[in-house]
Amino acid sequence: MRYLPHTEHDRRSMLAAIGAASVDDLYRDVPVAARLEDHVDLPAHQGELAVERTIAALAAKNRPAGSMASFLGAGAYRHHVPASVDHLIQRGEFLTSYTPYQPEVTQGTLQMLFEFQTQVALISGMDVANASMYDGATAAAEAVMMANRITKRTKSILSGGLHPHYREVIETYGRWSGFSAKAAMPDAAGVEDLAGQIDADTSCVVVQNPSVFGHVRDHAALAAAAQKAGALLIVVVTEAVSLGLLKPPGEMGADIFVGEGQSIGNALNFGGPYVGLFATRDKYVRQMPGRLTGETVDADGRRGWVLTLSTREQHIRREKATSNICTNSGLCALAFCIHLSLLGEDGFTRLAEINHAHAVQLAEKLGGVKGISVVNDSFFNEFALTLPEPASPLVERLVGKGVLAGVPAARLWPDKPDLANHLIVAATETNTEADMDLFARALAEVL
Amino acid sequence: MAEIRFSKEHEWIRLEGDTGTVGITDYAQSQLGDVVFVEVPEVGRKIAKGAQAAVVESVKAASEVYSPVAGEVTAANAALADNPGLVNSAAMGEGWFFKIKLADKGELDELMDEAAYKAYIAGLG
Repeated sequence: MRYLPHTEHDRRSMLAAIGAASVDDLYRDVPVAARLEDHVDLPAHQGELAVERTIAALAAKNRPAGSMASFLGAGAYRHHVPASVDHLIQRGEFLTSYTPYQPEVTQGTLQMLFEFQTQVALISGMDVANASMYDGATAAAEAVMMANRITKRTKSILSGGLHPHYREVIETYGRWSGFSAKAAMPDAAGVEDLAGQIDADTSCVVVQNPSVFGHVRDHAALAAAAQKAGALLIVVVTEAVSLGLLKPPGEMGADIFVGEGQSIGNALNFGGPYVGLFATRDKYVRQMPGRLTGETVDADGRRGWVLTLSTREQHIRREKATSNICTNSGLCALAFCIHLSLLGEDGFTRLAEINHAHAVQLAEKLGGVKGISVVNDSFFNEFALTLPEPASPLVERLVGKGVLAGVPAARLWPDKPDLANHLIVAATETNTEADMDLFARALAEVL
Repeated sequence: MAEIRFSKEHEWIRLEGDTGTVGITDYAQSQLGDVVFVEVPEVGRKIAKGAQAAVVESVKAASEVYSPVAGEVTAANAALADNPGLVNSAAMGEGWFFKIKLADKGELDELMDEAAYKAYIAGLG
């Protein structure tokens, strides 16, 4: 099988046409320091059967969440994805037309995105949602930049309950876009109050609910404090299923909601592709990044869909666009939309209830193990434990007993030794009581 | 009769006392097509001559509107929020964008009068 379609002759004639002596010549403008001089150490080509064998052996080293009792969460959650979701998203009508390059002729795709936006606005309690972002973390960074545009200020405050990966993405955008983000200390106990830190330079406060440690809070007072000072409140939700049960960000007074939509319709996928959720108030819609689908009527009065308010976007506004995002996570948004449609409003609430019930059950079982205590006084489907010893080596030992025990806080905050004994544990509808008993038993054994 | 001047970027400014009212010309609105949104500057903002002061969006394009003079914004046309079409129906009147207190009235001399502007747009073909 030939992987590269061009023959040596093709290459030579193309190079001759543009007056380049070799392929390497094309990279002359790349600074020498940035070039890889040595060849990448990869084995020579092999036959298909041999490649399959090599790759299968590599894949067998993985420990997929589905192969063990998994309690991993901290921003990526294992949920059941009905077979119907995968079947429907792979239909050619959706799969090969996942992005509307010529919006008017892709009415089905636009209708789906319109339904997706409606769902995101409904579950978050906001006025208007866009057609999705790359993932929750980039959505959070875009939200901060949007708040900076609206308030004409450049200082944001990041909660100590915000997932550190989100914080890092916001800081990366800030480093190159000229804004600053002040991050609070990790809030394992769930006691921080950021209202006192807001001043006349604050553009926004970014909180996560439930927090990365699982604490559930009502941020209504914080929203009021931020808005009184002319700042915005951004509420991040990394576990979208929680919106089936918890007070939505819109009801707390959030100005911008961002979320990770992976939990609904999308598998863990080794960390991506995921789907960022983004919603705001009507009055801020022109400062919102990303694509927006609108409902309209055609010349004959029939219902139809368009991409609207495109003047915010890069292909029209160039460097003055609200964002450099020119696309959306179409296929993951479709999976989200189909799964949520199949669940319906009652099913979504029921799914959230099951998640919470399983987490309560897990907290009771693990809290009963000698030396373990549950940190949280409130949680949805995820909470923090304190262990009598560092969590990371313990988690390694538990793998040997068939349990993926959770995410050690040390993995997220390697520079915070006081969090070494904290373990973040999640339970979803996929965890059986047998899984939980195994976890509690194994934990007692390895301690 | 208040004095009216025009910029090459198709803004007009009408001076009354030391304050000028700024909008886009009838030629500009006809080139843009149906205006759907106008972003006006905040009152109190100090603007340099030639700096971006507003944004006008039509069904065809989004364009920046530049201040033809330096000064401080004293008023913005709130009516455009609900009725951006005023820019099309009355570009030189009710469709004004903002009022600006001039830092230097001498800057008006650098702008075109009506006859010069008419000749300028005739030359644009």
